[in-house]
Amino acid sequence: MNQSSKTNCSSPQAAIAARMASGNSAGAGLSWRWIVLLLILAVGLTFVAKGYHLFQATMVLAYAIALLGLNILTGYNGQISLGHGAFFALGAYAAAILMEHAGAPYWATIPAAGVFCLIIGYLFGRPTLKLEGLYLALATFALGVAMPQLLKYKHLEAWTGGVQGIVLAKPDAPFGLPLTQDQWLYLFALLVTLVMFVIAHNLLQSGSGRAMRAIRDHAMAAEAMGVDNRHYKSMSFGVSAAYTGVGGALSAIAVQFVSPDSFTLFLSISLLVGIVVGGVGTLWGAFFGALFIMFVPSLAEKVSKAAPWAVYGVVLIAIMFAMPGGVMGLLRKISERRSRRPD
Amino acid sequence: MNEFLHQLVAGLATGGIYASVALALVMIYQATHHINFAQGEMAMFSTFVAWALIEAGLPYWGAFALTVVISFVLAMVIEFAVIRPMHNAPELSVVVVFIGLLVIFHSLAGWLFGYTIKQFPSPFPSNAWYGSELMSAHQVGAIVVALVMVALLFSFFAFTPVGLALRAAAQNAPSSRLVGINVGRMLMLGWGLAGAIGAVAGMMVAPVVFLDPNMMTGVLIYAFAGALIGGIDNPAGAVLGGFIVGVLENLIGTYVVGTELKLSVALVLIVGVLIVRPSGLLGRKIVTRV
Repeated sequence: MNQSSKTNCSSPQAAIAARMASGNSAGAGLSWRWIVLLLILAVGLTFVAKGYHLFQATMVLAYAIALLGLNILTGYNGQISLGHGAFFALGAYAAAILMEHAGAPYWATIPAAGVFCLIIGYLFGRPTLKLEGLYLALATFALGVAMPQLLKYKHLEAWTGGVQGIVLAKPDAPFGLPLTQDQWLYLFALLVTLVMFVIAHNLLQSGSGRAMRAIRDHAMAAEAMGVDNRHYKSMSFGVSAAYTGVGGALSAIAVQFVSPDSFTLFLSISLLVGIVVGGVGTLWGAFFGALFIMFVPSLAEKVSKAAPWAVYGVVLIAIMFAMPGGVMGLLRKISERRSRRPD
Repeated sequence: MNEFLHQLVAGLATGGIYASVALALVMIYQATHHINFAQGEMAMFSTFVAWALIEAGLPYWGAFALTVVISFVLAMVIEFAVIRPMHNAPELSVVVVFIGLLVIFHSLAGWLFGYTIKQFPSPFPSNAWYGSELMSAHQVGAIVVALVMVALLFSFFAFTPVGLALRAAAQNAPSSRLVGINVGRMLMLGWGLAGAIGAVAGMMVAPVVFLDPNMMTGVLIYAFAGALIGGIDNPAGAVLGGFIVGVLENLIGTYVVGTELKLSVALVLIVGVLIVRPSGLLGRKIVTRV
């Protein structure tokens, strides 16, 4: 995008388009300095944190990828999903079955899970094109409810391991690197996260991303402008499912275990809560959302042993009261106020 | 054949309960255009309140009436304190607030009343004349209660000035304000009614599934499906939808796939119906101006 605008900046339209595009990217993410700083901190964490904390960090990254996926669908394309836990489960099971039954190396299961979920997501998104709002919520909800039951289904037991699930081995660091398994897995997750976020960033800045947002903002106007609603909506479903599936695969490798009961409806609802807390329609919101769904439940347990979920609920409602636009909404508001003050 | 009739009738009985909760969902949807995901848990909490009242020595119908009043007030307070401040927030944030309410009520019920499964009495004596081999007295009673609620609600909306005001406030808030309707009060009233309906539904379902904090989770899913399949903007449709879902669930569970997959299959069927008829069986097609 940027390169093409440099070459033909002579025409005024191109200049406007270039300005819009750059303005857009500045609004969508943080500046490069911040990204590099965060990345250094994230890599540094490998050597500071230990054992369980590294595992938690890996899980945060897995959730962040899954949340980004849901955000592509809900935040950028305006389709709600109450059943994304199902794709998380599919990705996790795809990875586990490939490692267990096909002897695939762990790193190869990540793209495989992504492609598998892309196909399933597209096939699910196609017939549900007709459903909108609450009706789509119900359809996806049904998917979320059905998935654990399907995974337990006795005729699939040979593959899925039924209620017992599948136990996986933790991968060792390759090339004789002097890293523990936890450290390596965290770095691996960080790499996957980086790749997935760069792809998402580029996708959302491209023409396809604009088409997706146009459909969210006004489907009929988008159609009139020549955007193929059917194609983009089902494709958004596919891409979103692929992201969530990759997150699921990563979490399966980190937890070293998959079972139907790890992917209940509560997971789907947590994912939705995650994108809203982080900020709907933002890239970086995924990290805040992932931190929330990873840490707030256990913090709530520390506050009150008797009724931890009541604490969780109160925190959730308080967050929504204080920042209805999520963490990213709040940050945006603060930066807007700050940029206005000098004038 | 007898077996089939048995299943059909049992389906109607559970359908009556789904219909009541679906009705409560439609009430709130009518008034606020939100689906209250906490509806089931609020009903469960109300049922626990009724249980505590009965344990304290109140006669059944006394506890019943008191619970309905308490639930009515509680739902109004929730609307006023939690939902109203969110009226400018994005749709999804409101959904998350509902989820917050859901986990709060779930957790509070477990904390206050314990997680052990409790017996809840039925107001209908098991040897009453309307009970038969096909249908227990409680099942008949639950269906009658559901139908009476629909009739009452229908008359309330159709024949009373307050019902008219409530409908007006839901349909067009600014215009209703201009003709002197207190829209805020109407919203509270709508929530209160939904809370009361949910409480009745909870007290009807508890003798069948026993009382514990998880009792309404499945019911809410079915009620949601029932409300949508019948048409979310039509109370009669919601009741019809609730009955359809109840019967479908029972028949599929018995004859087609067994209990493990019946929820999934029922939901898939419902989604199938919705793909063919996107606004439900009795719902109005919504036409928006562009």
